[in-house]
Amino acid sequence: MRNSAWRIGAAVAVLATGLAACGGQSSTTTGGTAASGGDGNTIKVGLLHSLSGTMAISEVTVRDAELLAVQEINAAGGVLGKKLVPVVEDGASDWPTFAEKATKLIAQDKVATVFGGWTSASRKAMLPVFEKRKALLWYPVQYEGLESSPYIFYTGATTNQQIVPGLDYLKEKGKKRIFLVGSDYVFPRTANKIIKAYAAANGMQVLGEEYTPLGHTEYSTLVNKVVQAKPDAVFNTLNGDSNVAFFKQLKSAGVTAEQMPVMSVSVAEEEVKGIGVDNIAGHLVAWNYYQTTDNPANKKFVAAFKAKYGADRVTSDPMEAGYNAVYLWAEAVKKAGSTEVEAVKKAAGGITLERPEGTVTIDGENQHMYKTARIGVVETDGQIKEVWNSGKPIKPDPYLKTYPWAGGLA
Amino acid sequence: MEAIVSQLPIGLSIGAVLLLIALGLTFTFGQMGVINMAHGEFIMAGAYTAYLLQDLAGREAVLVALPVAFVVAGLMGLILERTAIRHFYGRPLDTLLLTYGVSLVLQQLARDLFGAPNVQVQAPTWLQGGFGILPYNRLFIFALAIGSVVAIWGYMNRTSQGRRMQAVMQNRQLAAVSGINTGRVDQRTFFIGSGLAGIAGVALTLIGPVGPALGTYYIVDAFLVVVAGGLGQLRGAVIAAVALGLLNSYAEFWTNASLAKVIVFVAIIAFLQVRPQGLFVLRSRALT
Repeated sequence: MRNSAWRIGAAVAVLATGLAACGGQSSTTTGGTAASGGDGNTIKVGLLHSLSGTMAISEVTVRDAELLAVQEINAAGGVLGKKLVPVVEDGASDWPTFAEKATKLIAQDKVATVFGGWTSASRKAMLPVFEKRKALLWYPVQYEGLESSPYIFYTGATTNQQIVPGLDYLKEKGKKRIFLVGSDYVFPRTANKIIKAYAAANGMQVLGEEYTPLGHTEYSTLVNKVVQAKPDAVFNTLNGDSNVAFFKQLKSAGVTAEQMPVMSVSVAEEEVKGIGVDNIAGHLVAWNYYQTTDNPANKKFVAAFKAKYGADRVTSDPMEAGYNAVYLWAEAVKKAGSTEVEAVKKAAGGITLERPEGTVTIDGENQHMYKTARIGVVETDGQIKEVWNSGKPIKPDPYLKTYPWAGGLA
Repeated sequence: MEAIVSQLPIGLSIGAVLLLIALGLTFTFGQMGVINMAHGEFIMAGAYTAYLLQDLAGREAVLVALPVAFVVAGLMGLILERTAIRHFYGRPLDTLLLTYGVSLVLQQLARDLFGAPNVQVQAPTWLQGGFGILPYNRLFIFALAIGSVVAIWGYMNRTSQGRRMQAVMQNRQLAAVSGINTGRVDQRTFFIGSGLAGIAGVALTLIGPVGPALGTYYIVDAFLVVVAGGLGQLRGAVIAAVALGLLNSYAEFWTNASLAKVIVFVAIIAFLQVRPQGLFVLRSRALT
């Protein structure tokens, strides 16, 4: 008898801890979802990111930036005279969950639009939901291109705004022999296909191409392979925590950024902190935005973000793209005079805003953004210093149609 | 040929990492029949202990972090054993579900306490640089693994507590009627097993990410070592860890990381067909 009482007690204790942990999470995120959908003086918008699981590390920061944008827009009077009410859902780093929660946000909460996703897998899982229900998704992360859904706006870079400029920079610096390292999923594999086509057309040599499973942490063998191949540079499409292990082990194998710079496309300010500045200082990254990007809009964004979330927090490219997404959508709604999806889509094309990354324009045709490409080098204080930019926003070309060498890819 | 030479130390050092993460599990899984999915989170607790101590005492604190992490993770294990696991002895599948739940709770707890992004733990300056192809931090892990094995062997064979532990492991009922307080022994075993995970966590900060998901990256490998080595077998764990480390390093060098994982899994499955109980089998007359 005593025994079973104990068992129940233990189970309750475990459950309580779990609920406390989850409660702490949601109470900070779903501020006032009690307001009913769309009517009256509020407009509901969905924020769908992984707040738990392996992707939480990255996606929580985007959610934070989007909440800041919602707060700022509300403080300035809202959209069409109505306040935005964020409905936050957790995709839990699990792709079917993303589809399920997207359906919930559209059908049950009746949100006007959804801002969400990070991995391509989560976007691909949500895509049929948004297309079927004719709802809008704003996707804030750079990705592998070769997609253009009529119900998705892509506010991160496509390949010709990040990977191609990254390669241009390496070529310009005379780094002709490169080694490709990536996580084993759709983005790195597609990116490397593009890189190989580029290399073949530009007299560059790809010495090796290695993939590791997501979450892989043992890089000594891979580092040994890279060291033996003696490339001029490494092009890195690893994602998430693997970057930490890779850079730590590269550094302890004695490889320096001077001998063999690594160009990364998934390492931003937030990741630099976790990797350790010691291990990555001097290496290169390719994005469209850095915390140090110098313009008034960015100064305001960084100050507001730090004021809301703490002085030790940093801003990064995907966060900025998420932050922009909310503003771009709001602008389109104002122009359309309605939150109705087709009207917003129609109004969105050609909208130009001065954002922290510079001038951003929505391409009405493929629903990607005109963005300025920026190459940066990681500094010893953990910030990224821009060493090159494209001078003007690059027209998005998700299928690389305007690049002759990319003929066989799409 | 060059590759055979250069991959050998790499394989051994992978083996040392595997051994370190699996050592604690050898006790809790092998000895007590508890499938502790939260073992990975005890590793994580050790890593975060190193992070907190570094904030307090600076980057050279790794040696201080080792005993502290041992105690922190050990106490977490002890609490888990006292409040929950002891009611599930002899029901391995139930402990699997229970500890899996606990592991999710601990991950989310870490996320709430330390934030979702990885935190930075700097390697001490005296561990920077390397000896040929082997970095000093790998040699440190190697030494740590050997030290842990020696300490455990000594404890098991040279102390009365350790002998009692062996007695309970071989035949719980007989040990109990001989006057051994098996409950006390269980607590101690769980404390040591979890504490070893804490030590592994400190070591892993030198080479890998320190974040809420840390434990999930290592837990499967840890179980592979224990299963291949034979339950509760120190010897088995050492040999299995080194063998898997070498297999991994050569397989990855000649194929790639994803295929190497497949090769390792296939090798273990094939091996378990021949020796279902692992490398070494505990001989016991217990009627379990």
